[in-house]
Amino acid sequence: MNDQRPVVIIIFIFLVSAVLLTKLFMIQVVDDSFLKKAERNAIQRVVDHPYRGLVYDRNGKLMVYNNPIFDLMVVPKEFKVGDTTRFCQIFGITKEQLIEAYTAAKNYSRVKPSPLIKQVSTTNFARIQDYLIDYPGVFIMTRSVRSYPLPIASHALGYIGEISSGQLDRDSAKYYKQGDYVGLSGIERYYENDLRGVKGVKYKMVNVRGVDKGPFKDGEYDTASVAGKNITSTIDMDLQLYGEMLMNGKTGSVVAIEPKTGEILAMISAPFYDPNVLTGAEFSKNYRKLNGEVSKPLFNRPIMATYPPGSIFKIVQSLIGLETGILKPETTFACNRSLVACHNHPSPSNLFGAIRNSCNPYYHQAFRQIINREISSNTFKDTEIGLNEWRDRVLKFGLGGSLGVDMPNEKGGSIPSSKLYDRVYGSGRWKYSTIYSLSIGQGEMLVTPLQMANLAAIFANKGYYYTPHLIKAIEGDPSQIPANYRVKNEVGINPMHFDLIQDAMAEALYGTANRAVLKDIVIAGKTGTAQNPHGEDHSVFIAFAPKEDPKIAIAVYVENAGWGGRAAASTASLMIEKYLKGEISRPALQDYVLAGNFIY
Amino acid sequence: MREADININRVDWVVVSIYFALVFIGWFNIYAAVFDSQYPKAIFDLSINSGQQLVRMAAAVVIIILIMVADHRFFENLSLYIYIAFMLLLLATPFFGKLVNGQRAWFEFGPIQVQPGEFAKFATALALAKVMERPTFDLSKKNYQLIAFGVLLLPIALILLQPDTGTAMVYFAFLIMFYREGLPAWYYILGLGMVTVTLLALAIENNLYLAAAILAITGILIFLGKRTWQRALAFSLIGLGLIAYSYSIDFVVSKLPDHQQNRIMVLFNPDIDPLGVGWNVTQSKIAIGSGGLLGKGYLEGTQTKFDFVPEQHTDFIFCTLGEEFGWVGSLVVIGLFAALLYRLVLMAERQKTRFSRIYGYCVISILMFHFMINIAMTIGLFPVVGIPLPFFSYGGSSLWSFTILLFIFVKLDASRASQLGRLN
Repeated sequence: MNDQRPVVIIIFIFLVSAVLLTKLFMIQVVDDSFLKKAERNAIQRVVDHPYRGLVYDRNGKLMVYNNPIFDLMVVPKEFKVGDTTRFCQIFGITKEQLIEAYTAAKNYSRVKPSPLIKQVSTTNFARIQDYLIDYPGVFIMTRSVRSYPLPIASHALGYIGEISSGQLDRDSAKYYKQGDYVGLSGIERYYENDLRGVKGVKYKMVNVRGVDKGPFKDGEYDTASVAGKNITSTIDMDLQLYGEMLMNGKTGSVVAIEPKTGEILAMISAPFYDPNVLTGAEFSKNYRKLNGEVSKPLFNRPIMATYPPGSIFKIVQSLIGLETGILKPETTFACNRSLVACHNHPSPSNLFGAIRNSCNPYYHQAFRQIINREISSNTFKDTEIGLNEWRDRVLKFGLGGSLGVDMPNEKGGSIPSSKLYDRVYGSGRWKYSTIYSLSIGQGEMLVTPLQMANLAAIFANKGYYYTPHLIKAIEGDPSQIPANYRVKNEVGINPMHFDLIQDAMAEALYGTANRAVLKDIVIAGKTGTAQNPHGEDHSVFIAFAPKEDPKIAIAVYVENAGWGGRAAASTASLMIEKYLKGEISRPALQDYVLAGNFIY
Repeated sequence: MREADININRVDWVVVSIYFALVFIGWFNIYAAVFDSQYPKAIFDLSINSGQQLVRMAAAVVIIILIMVADHRFFENLSLYIYIAFMLLLLATPFFGKLVNGQRAWFEFGPIQVQPGEFAKFATALALAKVMERPTFDLSKKNYQLIAFGVLLLPIALILLQPDTGTAMVYFAFLIMFYREGLPAWYYILGLGMVTVTLLALAIENNLYLAAAILAITGILIFLGKRTWQRALAFSLIGLGLIAYSYSIDFVVSKLPDHQQNRIMVLFNPDIDPLGVGWNVTQSKIAIGSGGLLGKGYLEGTQTKFDFVPEQHTDFIFCTLGEEFGWVGSLVVIGLFAALLYRLVLMAERQKTRFSRIYGYCVISILMFHFMINIAMTIGLFPVVGIPLPFFSYGGSSLWSFTILLFIFVKLDASRASQLGRLN
């Protein structure tokens, strides 16, 4: 009977071996999930975040740089604090803070690192380093935040922040990962692809405690990160700083452009904020706070606020009149105040006088001739044809649509076409008397401060402009800037027509804005008043200087400051002086501007 | 001394070769388990485990030589004294042993640590062989069964005092030898039945299903066989007993210490707590499973090298093999073990004395059990039990005790010509 038992035992031996080998075959050869798990275990993909490009001003002064900050991270599973009091003493936190941060970390993950102390200062960092070895499960992680030597130009520079889920979805190249920082506004956003550089990836092996055990396969699969490109901006920091000083406490915009290139020398949106508050750990808190303020400091007025252009638009009307031959320099109209209100000045005036004195009835009558040319015997039809032809000419001045400045969310304002009036009044039910407000830049017409500055540049250039932009060079190379900023845009007006305009604008300063007159530099300017149904009108002024060889074109908006000759013209004049001469010869005027508090 | 005692030609070189093959493969794996690519050290470096193991291997060779030159009757004649000596040692261990992980299983003599529970295996094997060698000894009879189980249960009881459940469990391996020596088959059928019911009771959430299944099977068995009332009663009682037993399992498990409960639950679902109790099995499976067909290459393993698998140089040494040499490596080692066990069965069957044969089957039982359970636990087929892989795992006690165990049999086999034919 026992003879078969050794056989049973032998069968058992081979059966067990077969079972073990089958199971091993299943997990080793058939099921490849263990291989993936092993890689997840021991191979850590470490993203090497590149250094974000710096931003310089047009004179090579640093505007934005990266500041390293140190976070003390904790892995709860490995963390052993020992004497809590001693720990708190060394790391300079209270016991409550420690408990709170540790609890949060533990709730997030027991094995993944979370911040225990955010933004350890550099001095503390040096001191803490020696103690780190005593505490398992804590380590220092270095990040860098954007920093600004001067707290200016916040709107133009923009800010960076954690990428939103919507942006992640739109990122078809799948470059970004959750938690990445990305430019959210201004230059930071527009030149994100240049500034961000290229992320590198390192595969390193870690042991069970996450301790680095060297590169995986000697770094065969690693890629190096490429630092972001440095950007040179067109902004002149001195001018920007001075402008922000002048605009401090006011609401409005200043845009200064170099007419010959379209380079934006200064771009101020008041009230402003310190760009340093939208960096680092406090970003969300500060953003919410700024976003909630009534004065809307985050609102980028130069490109997002739109106003009726007001009297300044009369220059455009004059140029269109001259180009179409409807107006001649000697054309006169009476200052007929039954048509539209005006102020006291000699009447009748020719074109020069009309610009100089900003005569409303002159343009009421001139615009009627531009619009109604009796192409059609039907008045309504005639007006429609006239309006649309006129609109095409106006659009060439960079109005009625966004210019394409290198900032996100630029508004384009609006120049009405016949479609708008058809919609409001019905087709064939409106005529010149409906739209005459357009003649003096009021009515259904909106422009941004940037477009106004661009108008000043057009007048300075006698009929062309380069799209205003904030980029001067990428990695020091001016040829790398977007090609559209090197395209000359003609406005379709014969340059000879500008002579009269420029003369009149220079004269106008004495007429309407004598505060703005500079002794040795001829400024050509034009005041305007943007009507404000909610209160005091907005003060508007555009200018360029010097008249003979324009180096700066500027538009200034000061909200609720009343008539344009006051606050806006003075500010513009001071900015021009600052830019051209580097110093201010009229402290009294500066004090006047600084004292003005036009916010109500 | 008899002339035949050191007859080198009678030594079974197949077994000796497999032994050395396993020891050396194990040694290379121990080196791989502790190898640190950042601070590479030579395999002979005494500051690392592989160097230490080499010393132990040298000591093992000395032990082998001593066993081979000794008189073969030495073991047979002294077997009961050796047994008693080790039982006394086991008795002393819980009181004087070194406390490690809540167990007192080790004695410390200076730098050398010895685990009496490991060495008591060969002592128990010798004692069983001695007790059972008499021609009249019949395992189908109650009183002989009592004697055999008495010899077996004594060390188990003593080791449980330490308490070292894993090592104690190994002694049940002698049931394989008992099987060969004629313990009635229904013991095993009943035992397997109990194990099956136990596993099912643990695996199935609702014991009601299990109870229903047992009732159905009992009913069918009653219906199919002779329908006498005695038989129906007996089957019904067994069925009801099994149902009661299945319900008692959960109760018993809940009374077990937490770490043992967890080990059992992890067997059924290693994912319940992959970072906690499931860690060993999960990581061990990942290490072995990531080896693929041919493995990652010697010293190229990441899981074992970077300490993801705990106890990787001792109880989980198979992981290193599985990861670095893949399925082919596993095949070679499992093949070697199967060949060794097969060879030992053949050897045991050719013995002229019952003593030698019974001892041979004791060796088979112990090796078989360790081999089966150790590898099964690393791949999640068995709960984690802290027992080493013979000849492979790091550690002196383990290596030496298996060496003594095996080579006493090699010695007995080599001297079989000079033994009196007492086999019947």
